[in-house]
Amino acid sequence: MSDRVSVAKTYKLYLDGKFPRSESGRTYPVTDSAGGFLANASHASRKDVRDAVSAARKAFGGWSGATAYNRGQVLYRVAEVLEGRREQFAAEVAACEGVSTAESSAIVDAAVDRWVWYAGWTDKIASVLGAANPVAGPYFSFTVPEPTGVVGVLAPQSSSLLGLVSVLAPVVATGCTAVVVSSAERPLPAITLSEVLATADVPGGVVNVLTGRADELGPWLASHADVNAIDPTGASREARVDLAQRASNTVKRVLTVPADEPDWTRRPDISRLRRYLEAKTVWHPKGT
Amino acid sequence: MSVWEYAPAPESRDLANLQPAYRPFVDGEFVDGSGDPLTSVDPATEETLAEVGTAAESDVDAAVRAARRAFEQVWGPMPGAERAKYLFRIARLLQERARELAVLETLDNGKPIKESRDSDVPTAAAHFFYHAGWADKLDYAGYGPDPQPLGVAGQIIPWNFPLLMLAWKIAPALATGNTVVLKPAETTPLSALVFAEICQQAGLPAGVVNIVPGAGDIGSAIVRHPGIDKIAFTGSTAVGKEIQHAVAGTSKQLTLELGGKAANVVFDDAPLDQAVEGIVNGIFFNQGHVCCAGSRLLVQESVAEELLGKLRARVSTLRLGDPLDKNTDIGAINSAEQLAKIRELTASGEAEGAERWTSPCELPERGFFFAPTVLSGVEQAMRVAREEIFGPVLSVLTFRTPDEAVTKANNTPYGLSAGLWTEKGSRILWLADRMRAGVVWANTFNRFDPAAPFGGYQESGFGREGGRTGLEAYLHV
Repeated sequence: MSDRVSVAKTYKLYLDGKFPRSESGRTYPVTDSAGGFLANASHASRKDVRDAVSAARKAFGGWSGATAYNRGQVLYRVAEVLEGRREQFAAEVAACEGVSTAESSAIVDAAVDRWVWYAGWTDKIASVLGAANPVAGPYFSFTVPEPTGVVGVLAPQSSSLLGLVSVLAPVVATGCTAVVVSSAERPLPAITLSEVLATADVPGGVVNVLTGRADELGPWLASHADVNAIDPTGASREARVDLAQRASNTVKRVLTVPADEPDWTRRPDISRLRRYLEAKTVWHPKGT
Repeated sequence: MSVWEYAPAPESRDLANLQPAYRPFVDGEFVDGSGDPLTSVDPATEETLAEVGTAAESDVDAAVRAARRAFEQVWGPMPGAERAKYLFRIARLLQERARELAVLETLDNGKPIKESRDSDVPTAAAHFFYHAGWADKLDYAGYGPDPQPLGVAGQIIPWNFPLLMLAWKIAPALATGNTVVLKPAETTPLSALVFAEICQQAGLPAGVVNIVPGAGDIGSAIVRHPGIDKIAFTGSTAVGKEIQHAVAGTSKQLTLELGGKAANVVFDDAPLDQAVEGIVNGIFFNQGHVCCAGSRLLVQESVAEELLGKLRARVSTLRLGDPLDKNTDIGAINSAEQLAKIRELTASGEAEGAERWTSPCELPERGFFFAPTVLSGVEQAMRVAREEIFGPVLSVLTFRTPDEAVTKANNTPYGLSAGLWTEKGSRILWLADRMRAGVVWANTFNRFDPAAPFGGYQESGFGREGGRTGLEAYLHV
């Protein structure tokens, strides 16, 4: 009797709700923390970046226009589906990050809880950041936060799941859409997370995940005129100055991020949500 | 119909208390700047108003050191309730000297006295009064307990609303406990230096506010100075991009309030006479030198001809001339350089096929003036539909459906403001949701208030000025 041969997964990109290979045909081997082969990941190219930005732009109207309640339910659904696949993620994180199964399980739990935390913000952030403005005149003036647009996210290089969720969830919670470049060495949880997103009713194009090198793909994101904001977390320190300079050509919002990856298990605050929101002030006269 | 002529009603120039020379203000004193002096010109007469000492890099350095010292030793440690009282004092002093400041502003900038008197100066005072109250209430601003100031703020402001932009910059910075080094625009430095005198009269501690007149090189020195923690800039998108580029990779915080190409959208059910007033205000207020000016009129096709007729008739009644005359609606263009830019862009509109209509008003023999102009038949690809003219020139486009209006309104890399004119409330709210712009005026235009956040989407900049939201620009959040 022979042992059953397992069916290995082909890891591809997540683009416009589908799972294509890189148009470049490039792949690169991904290993576990001990150097053992795990999979060949797609090595995304500049063209993939452009396709992802197009998809994210196309998805922006629908996602930003969805009700906050609806977005909250979709993001909560992400947590539900992720919870159901805890063991798979724990194994993948353990392999990628070289931590024990107990540690990786705790990481997955924290990632699930983070989705839940941000899911709950979708229909509250406007009342926390918005205002009725007491202007000196016969006008109704109010201010509401609105999503900035398409966000380029260079995901953390070390924390392959919790770090990724911590930078991605606030983007989509605000109603923005995302183009994510995953950790280069630890990309597998990002692609598996994409499968969760695809089955959790997150509309195609709202999140696009590219596996590859942040320092190669980041400059294309930072100089793309249809990207409104950049999170440089996953870029090397040297690359961040170049990213910020490129971003200035179209006045992109560039997140201020710590030099080194922070402790992602710490309780987040609303600063990331704030960064992806624009205050809009509306005036109307009062009269008969 | 008989025509009633207006008798001239000029405000007295003497009220400006114009001095032959003005000097930079550093560390609580007026100093001889090491830069080459500039002359400030009355754009309505092209006469020299005064000589203004400018800062050199060494003066910027001295100002930053003074601001740092004041931040660390006096202003930072001072309880908010005490800071507040200085800001209240400044607000009151601005009100007390309002007439003088209005005349001075009109002389230096060229804007009609009725605007500097009724808008610029009172709104500047209001900004200080509003922010004064925040100084001891920052715990309630939504940024957590005891939010901390950034430190020394370098602020660079434009020439279109010299005193008001100064107030938008300095009031929130001081209220939150920062100290400032501010550069007024090269062509309009005078009211900022009178403001420095007001700081002295208010007893504001030395170094809290420093005013360093100069040209772009001094702005650049501020942007690059390592002792500055935050840059706040209002001006063109081109310069804003340079500043963002220069600040990239440093620890400086940045907020930018840049250009715009706002759509003013008129539907067929709008009260057209009211809309005409809003359109006129939207583009001809302050000679169109307004970043949020409603420079693209989008009118529903079915009422386009009627609206254009009413608009031309109304614009023909606008009085252009001596900015000090209380009857004047359109004053002088701020500089020869700006006038040349307006002429060039308007000519490009004609060359690209737009139909030009210009008010038949007479232009004064001297001074920089440009008659109110309406370009109709404008297409989205034309430069006059895409580029900021920053002058009294309106580009008129048409649309058929609400969706088309939204698409055309948002077809710009800018995103500062938008105007909407329709009687239908549900349509206003539907459109307001879809305008990719930081300020939306519905059935009104150009309303400003210190309690209402102002700022842009996309290439119109980031950060807000005014309201609780505006405090974020000067706090560690």
